[in-house]
Amino acid sequence: MEKNIVLQMNHIMKIYSNGVVANEDVSIELEKGEIHALLGENGAGKSTLMKVLFGIESPDEGQIILNGQEITIKSPQDAISKGIGMVHQHFMLVPSLTVAENIILGVEPKKGGLFIDMDRAVSVADEIAQKYNFDIDVKSKVEEIPVGIKQKVEILKALYRGADILILDEPTAVLTPQETDELFVQLEKLRDSGHTIIFISHKLDEIKRICNRATIMRSGRSMGTYEVKDISTEDMSRLMVGRDVVLTFEKEAAKPSAVQLKVRNLSVRNGQGVLKVDDLSFDLRGGEILGIAGVEGNGQSELIDSITGLNKSYKGQISVKGTNIEKHSIKDIRELKLAHIPEDRMTSGCAGNLNILENLFSNQYTDPAYSGKIMLKMKRIQERSNELIKEYLVKCKSFRQNVAMLSGGNIQKVIVAREFSTGPDIIIANQPTRGVDVGAAEFIRRRLLEFRDKGCAVLLVSADLNEVFSLSDRLAVMYKGKFSGMFMDVAAVTEEELGQYMLGLKHQEEQEGVIYE
Amino acid sequence: MLENLLSPDFFNAILRATTPILFAALASSVASKSGITNMALEGIMLFSALFGVIFSAMTGNFFTGLLLTMVAGGVIGLLLAFFVLNLKTDEILAAIAINMMATGGTVLLMLAVSGDRGSSTSISNFSAPRINIPIIEQIPFLGQVLSGQNLMTYLSIVAVVVMHLFLYKTPLGLKIRAVGENKNAAESVGISSRKIQYIALILSGVLASMGGFFLSGGYMNMFTKDMSAGKGYIALAASAMGGNTPVGAFLVSLLFGAAQALANIMQLTEIPHELIQMVPYLTTLIGLGIYSYAGMRRRQKLAGKA
Repeated sequence: MEKNIVLQMNHIMKIYSNGVVANEDVSIELEKGEIHALLGENGAGKSTLMKVLFGIESPDEGQIILNGQEITIKSPQDAISKGIGMVHQHFMLVPSLTVAENIILGVEPKKGGLFIDMDRAVSVADEIAQKYNFDIDVKSKVEEIPVGIKQKVEILKALYRGADILILDEPTAVLTPQETDELFVQLEKLRDSGHTIIFISHKLDEIKRICNRATIMRSGRSMGTYEVKDISTEDMSRLMVGRDVVLTFEKEAAKPSAVQLKVRNLSVRNGQGVLKVDDLSFDLRGGEILGIAGVEGNGQSELIDSITGLNKSYKGQISVKGTNIEKHSIKDIRELKLAHIPEDRMTSGCAGNLNILENLFSNQYTDPAYSGKIMLKMKRIQERSNELIKEYLVKCKSFRQNVAMLSGGNIQKVIVAREFSTGPDIIIANQPTRGVDVGAAEFIRRRLLEFRDKGCAVLLVSADLNEVFSLSDRLAVMYKGKFSGMFMDVAAVTEEELGQYMLGLKHQEEQEGVIYE
Repeated sequence: MLENLLSPDFFNAILRATTPILFAALASSVASKSGITNMALEGIMLFSALFGVIFSAMTGNFFTGLLLTMVAGGVIGLLLAFFVLNLKTDEILAAIAINMMATGGTVLLMLAVSGDRGSSTSISNFSAPRINIPIIEQIPFLGQVLSGQNLMTYLSIVAVVVMHLFLYKTPLGLKIRAVGENKNAAESVGISSRKIQYIALILSGVLASMGGFFLSGGYMNMFTKDMSAGKGYIALAASAMGGNTPVGAFLVSLLFGAAQALANIMQLTEIPHELIQMVPYLTTLIGLGIYSYAGMRRRQKLAGKA
């Protein structure tokens, strides 16, 4: 059978200005009339690749060939004019306008040269909805229609602009199962009418259901393109989450002591009312590292926000060293010697426009060792800053340098230095080495192990399997707000198995070693 | 007093007092629809009031004076847009700068042109004419209210209709509303939000300048120091209370115009002059209070339902 290739992206390389290599020699090939899955974890480089295709980012190397001709795509507008449409995960709709107005926005039909021909706008919108069997009242306002319909409006918008290639960025993330079914029926129709669809997802069952081929990405590289019917979900998950390099740490066996952190029947809903943590209970003891693995967005952030006091609206009970933290402020919780390395270092980890010294002492400036009754003891603070900079190998000119001027790894070291310098009993580390260079990551991991050996309780949330494997004494997998698995012997778990728990293909009914009392 | 309030003269005065507020409120609504608060309305009006006098005196007729004033208003709008959109200045700070520049700058300019400090009595400028509408002027009461108004007053009402059609029926209007509500959505379909906001602010400047022109070339026949007297700010409130729609802005402007006209009539009474001067501003304050309270109740109701 002759293949009809509509689009090739060859050897795409994209390095962001902060040094993150988002795409490294990635190639992908689309056939006309296929639904092509782009599969990978968060941060694997799927979005970057699609941004390159849609003209939002320009590649550093590589070529894009559309219908046999090499092209460059300068802007989204350019992509649209070349027949490429994108449905973003966050809808790009104007709520107070009608469906028809949203569809024609930017390409309005006119009458008398001056006014919008609203009748024609409605009829063309209606026509295109009918053509693709989308059951939508084009006169209703976007703010009044449910999420599933909004997504259809986005698809219609792209089709109205003549898209032959349609990029859907995690289209089912916001849909109910019924809406998902409906979407799939429509996508199949679009495919049959000759459209090519790129379906970005990390949900294996959905890919099995509607995709013809899948390109799997991991850590910015392509792991190959496969016929979906020829590859098992197990193989897909292995390719998607497998470890790149096996790093091992020499570590002594853990000597767990008393329970330091107790979580009971914790349920948390996010701002949209979606249940993110679902009746979760576990214990964390001194002298051990409990790793939590999982695909991002399965409730890890909500869990950590609740434990550290950032989120107060939860059901259930959290106690830190026997104190129920429900009525306590973040400062109170920190005074119980709980340290927190936040997930996003720029938004909640540091104040970028303050200098290193100010950031290092933002959690202990009230300590009598550093503060008099009115004035700070600047001399003492400066000495201590220099010590910390030396001890944590922060590369900088002086402590007067603004934190935002440092590299990602050095910013993270400043945060880690700040959190560890208070001598914590409990460390909550959320993605402590994300986007950090190998050397800094290694340094931070060693520090975590040292604290554990000193009897500190460590809760480690990480999307980096390598990290949770090499550090954890116990390993839990979080899936849809629950632990889908708990492993007491981390060495005995294979990454394939872990991947299946992360993606919800497997689930332990009875879990050992979650609670100790 | 009551006689005065029921006379056609009073209603005629309401329309006259509404005119400058209405122009500025329309200016505010088009800027707000594009997502930018144009707080520089006050300064643009004050500048335009002086420009109107100077340009009409220079050219010898009101019409070219008005056109040149509108161009000048557009240029100030452009300047604001340049500061906010290109130089990323805070939109409020840039507006304050323009307003303060207007306060001092108009006096300086007047001094340089005419040698006067307080008002431009020595410049013989040309005002927009009063217009009697045939047939309507024959209708008792209504004729006295609607006919015989200044040309600018009629233009302001025409502007309501034009702005409504512009914002809701033309492609550019749709783009302005889309940019103001969801910039990313507009950009994602290839609309340049910067270009759209430039256009909206220039248009806003032109509308505000028409209000300013009326102050010195219609309402009065000269420029006096600080003659905009907060009308630009009142117009911001009028536009916000009217939901930033031209028709809504028109209705609330009428209310504020009535307060101004009422204050003028009350000067005939025994009530101290200083208290009466407060009426338009007090009306604005109370109006905004009621508007905000109603908005809060509506949100609470919605939250209660959900």
